Amino acid sequence: MLKAHGYVGAPQNRVDGRAKVTGEARYAAEFDAPDLAYGIVISSAVAKGRITSIDASAALAIPGVVQVFTHENRPRTAWFNRNYRDDVAPPGSPFRPLYDEQVVYSGQPIALVVADEFEIAAHAASLVRIEYEIDTHMTDLDIKRSEAYVPPKKRSGVTPPPSPRGDADQAFARAPVKVHAEYRIAIEHHNPMEPHASTVIYEEDGKLTIHDKTQGVQNSQRYVSGVFGLSSDQVRVVSPFVGGAFGSGLRPQYQLFLAVMAALELKRSVRVVLTRDQMFTFGYRPQAIQTISLGANPDGTLQSIMHDAVQTTSSFEDYQEVIVNWSNLLYHCDNVKLTYSLAQVDTYTPSDMRAPGAATGVTAIETAMDELAYAAGIDPVELRLRNYTEVDEANKRDFTSKELRACYQLGAERFGWSKRNPQPRSMRERRELVGWGMATGVWEAFMQKTAARAVLGADGHLDVSTATSDIGTGTYTILTQIAADTLGVPIDKVTTRIGDSSLSKSPVQGGSWTAASAGTAVQVACRSVRETLFKYAREMDGSPLANASLEHVSFADGRIVLTNDQETGISFTDIMRARGVDKVEAEEKAAPGMMTSMRYSGYSHSAVFAEVRVDEELGIVRVTRIVNAVAAGTILNPKTARSQIIGGIVFGMGMALEEESLLDHNLGRFMNHNLAEYHVPVNADIHDIDVIFVSEHDDKLNPMGIKGLGEIGIVGTAAAIGNAIFHATGKRIRDYPITVDKILGS
Amino acid sequence: MNRFSYLRAGSIEEAVKAAAADASARFIAGGTNLVDLMKYNVERPTRLIDITRLPLNTIEETESGGLRLGAMTTNDDVAHDALVRSRYPLLASAILAGASPQLRNAATTGGNLLQRTRCYYFYDTATPCNKREPGTGCPATFGRNRIHAILGTSDHCIATHPSDMCVALAALEAVIHVAGPDGERTIPISEFHRLPGDRPEIDTTLQHGEIITAVELPRTDFGVHHTYLKLRDRLSYAFALVSVAAALRMDGNTIAEARLALGGVAHKPWRDPDAEAMLRGHPASAELFAGVADHILREAKGFEDNAFKIDLARRGIVRALSQAAAGTPQSQTDKRIR
Amino acid sequence: MSEIQNHPSPALDKVPVTLTVNGKTRTVEVLPWTVLLDLLRDHLGLTGTKKGCDHGQCGACTVLIDGKRMNSCMALAVMKDGASITTIEGLAVDGELHPLQQAFIDHDAFQCGYCTPGQICSGVALIQEGRARTRDEIREWMSGNICRCGAYTNIVDAIEQVLGSTTEAAQ
Repeated sequence: MLKAHGYVGAPQNRVDGRAKVTGEARYAAEFDAPDLAYGIVISSAVAKGRITSIDASAALAIPGVVQVFTHENRPRTAWFNRNYRDDVAPPGSPFRPLYDEQVVYSGQPIALVVADEFEIAAHAASLVRIEYEIDTHMTDLDIKRSEAYVPPKKRSGVTPPPSPRGDADQAFARAPVKVHAEYRIAIEHHNPMEPHASTVIYEEDGKLTIHDKTQGVQNSQRYVSGVFGLSSDQVRVVSPFVGGAFGSGLRPQYQLFLAVMAALELKRSVRVVLTRDQMFTFGYRPQAIQTISLGANPDGTLQSIMHDAVQTTSSFEDYQEVIVNWSNLLYHCDNVKLTYSLAQVDTYTPSDMRAPGAATGVTAIETAMDELAYAAGIDPVELRLRNYTEVDEANKRDFTSKELRACYQLGAERFGWSKRNPQPRSMRERRELVGWGMATGVWEAFMQKTAARAVLGADGHLDVSTATSDIGTGTYTILTQIAADTLGVPIDKVTTRIGDSSLSKSPVQGGSWTAASAGTAVQVACRSVRETLFKYAREMDGSPLANASLEHVSFADGRIVLTNDQETGISFTDIMRARGVDKVEAEEKAAPGMMTSMRYSGYSHSAVFAEVRVDEELGIVRVTRIVNAVAAGTILNPKTARSQIIGGIVFGMGMALEEESLLDHNLGRFMNHNLAEYHVPVNADIHDIDVIFVSEHDDKLNPMGIKGLGEIGIVGTAAAIGNAIFHATGKRIRDYPITVDKILGS
Repeated sequence: MNRFSYLRAGSIEEAVKAAAADASARFIAGGTNLVDLMKYNVERPTRLIDITRLPLNTIEETESGGLRLGAMTTNDDVAHDALVRSRYPLLASAILAGASPQLRNAATTGGNLLQRTRCYYFYDTATPCNKREPGTGCPATFGRNRIHAILGTSDHCIATHPSDMCVALAALEAVIHVAGPDGERTIPISEFHRLPGDRPEIDTTLQHGEIITAVELPRTDFGVHHTYLKLRDRLSYAFALVSVAAALRMDGNTIAEARLALGGVAHKPWRDPDAEAMLRGHPASAELFAGVADHILREAKGFEDNAFKIDLARRGIVRALSQAAAGTPQSQTDKRIR
Repeated sequence: MSEIQNHPSPALDKVPVTLTVNGKTRTVEVLPWTVLLDLLRDHLGLTGTKKGCDHGQCGACTVLIDGKRMNSCMALAVMKDGASITTIEGLAVDGELHPLQQAFIDHDAFQCGYCTPGQICSGVALIQEGRARTRDEIREWMSGNICRCGAYTNIVDAIEQVLGSTTEAAQ
């Protein structure tokens, strides 16, 4: 079907590449407006308590300072919780900036200093004096886990653990081979390179045009409308480029509220940009403590899986992830008990961060499976094959497609896994111990209801649009490819517009669902244009296509031709001229098929192989090689797809070795809140990364068989590295990140 | 960020005079640390005296066969200078182990000597800190102290000095030339940085109004047997958990002269003359190096998060001395530790 | 001694700063604590240079100052009076991309694009410095530019390609 120019499936340079390498691409803080004012946020110094006084007099005395907004003088906003709930809010009461004098977490925004220039605001902000009455806070999950609870209200889109099957406790007790251990994942912050920012342009008619750092322009629009009581035509959110987000831009963040509040109150355009330190004052990947018990026969076949997780949430919302379900999804077992609970700490609510839940849960189960491989004396790949499942056992559904077996095989071949000596500490080169480890990755293949518009002009130019975002994922490019192929126009004749709330309805960009959702919507819209155009062509006087059917014609190079006789055809321009129209357009919706979702489970899979070198005496780790074999359905653009997977792997390397937001429990505050002390991988950390896309045909999920690639690259990577470190050193570290102190420690 | 008045100094005398007249004035050169701290409101000078246009940016040979690095030479100037690379490769290596190319193009020799600690609490004005606000307490002692000191700490402060360059300068026994209201003087590097004691707010023995004009490197013979080994949480662009500068003069397999300095472990680059004496006159051996490491760390004290640094430092010292003795200095680009 | 601002007065006095930016002489009046990064972005509208951390910890703000790569977030604009600045907007000549810009596109050396101008300016400087020969050296000397999307291997490929053609041209 998508064969006209064959753009889909072929490597394509990013269509927004030139804008990005020349600096022309504009991000949220880079739109200008006449008389723009600059807002700087002041953050709470304490974790819990109440503000007893705010003295802004010195700041207000500075020429050029416009206002200092606090809970004492903020304008009224909506009363009900529901007005503050965005599309992806978990159950609870969303945080309301500057609502009252209560402080519920350290770093909470408590004032906004607005001035004519950034430098004036920066100086003035340093002069605001705040006094607090301090209450006792608690941020320590190790203490709060004793009060953990099963969330009473399920978070939309997050499946709670399934009911137990069989008798996992008894099967574990009887199993001849056992693994039982606790696994810990540290708190991580997203830290996209672009700090969160909102430029709110106050138009002459009082309407707002907002450039917001967000993964969902329509989510931001609905939030602003709801909170400030504006009709939807008064608020337009336009974010053509987003400097990374990784989940941090799913929910509207507080700089949006503050910038809109100030703009409405001052009737003036306002920009609020968070500092890097303030990037540690909202969502994060929550800390999780997991307990896994695996019981197996001597041949490695699982007899019992028990996986429990407790993770943090805030005092005001029940944030939830899917952490434990993956264990049974990946492996066949008749006795399964999966449990999940939350513990409240005095921080902001956690938020989805690249492969939320899976990055956490799969890291633990895949480390445990490596332990089982050693306990049973079976090769780690072989162990996984022996427990391979062809069905989603918890839901008793078949998979839409599952080429995980091929991932193991092709990944192992490329990596040279067969040369591995399984004995820990058996491979070395000079002072370094060499370790080879592997793990499985998995992520759900979602699709969300999405609409798109396609407009084909008489000049042959095709414009497609939907309100989704491109946070670096390559969405602009794949939508352009799909549109070009569907209507048979050259790729440089296609313009893709996204990131604008006035465009066709689209969900937030997240969950790896954008390619499948927006991609299908664009395809359907283009097909609708195709049909109309073909109808016009057939109805032309003396049309050479009068007797043809849509199945027997091709759209290529701006013409409709007979597939079997490419000389016979009509150009789009001629068709439209004959019809007396200057364009053909269509807006269509795409949605997941109900029957498919009821009968099948759709997932992408991967097998990650890692080589590490560990200095035997110093404990310094280098990850010298990663091979990741991914089965994720149709790969629309192998070039950008490879980048997506590499990026996920680098994220996973950070999780494995470096990333940890350090909470000082005495102060209830993250202390390494900057990029010098919160370590993300740098160029020197990254060596050879090899990505294999395993051929996988999926005819059930969506017309093109797309599964998405945003998350799958990270899942499994941390465990593969941890397992490689065990193979290198003989030391099992179940507490991520695996830093040098843990490698050297007793 | 606080407001300040800006003055571009035309001469050393003028710079000194202007600084002496204003207790909260600061000299500024590369700005890579001072501007950083001003943005965090940790430093709030009311007057900045720009000394970047002073004629202090040359590298010259001294009569005694050493080198004199002007205070305004950049890290990049020094690290890639042919004379520095041939005579003091340890210094070049240490500089290249620190920061990034961009920062090394801006940061100066003088400024690097005055680099302030990376302690999380020092940097965060929402928290107490004796170094930033004397008398408020040291939350690091009972808080997150992974990056903190294990040697020479006090009840008032457990911060470390973060520079890599200074660790090499300590091993090379550099001499700091300063000019002040009372004229010029020199300060040996060992007396330049101080331990926190009960005055952690004072990093160095430089007096207000004094300006660093140059760093003099005495003539040495450590061109072959040296290394700068930096151990950190990622492979580049991170501060040291522990670093070791080692320089030896070998007579066959016997150590004729030894210098050893540690970074990331104390409020100043840490040297131990007794440990160096233990090396002199002895053949290089792992046992000897282990004994030296134990001696240096005999009074090391760990806190909740950083006790591992004692073991890491011990291992780092042994490896660095082995590298130096073998004449196989650590490459700062090839991350395989030799 | 040039006394630019003697005493802090209640009014915030600005200072004139003259720079040659991408070949054009520009004079702007700024408060003394304005850093070069904000001068470029807010005062000259050159938003190609990015603010990622504002503390010299990420490299997104990298520009060439008198030919050397530096973090523009750490440079007080007033101290750079008289300097020549090259930003990402100044690399293409008459609409033709710098070879490294093209190589970044060809190797897909970016995703979100936010660190990209800094990466490219840093890479251009690395090539001009003429010291990097190996992938290890490129990696180390590009480590002052963080890419959270993780495009590092592609960035090294792009630089290596241009470095290779530069080396060949020089031979």
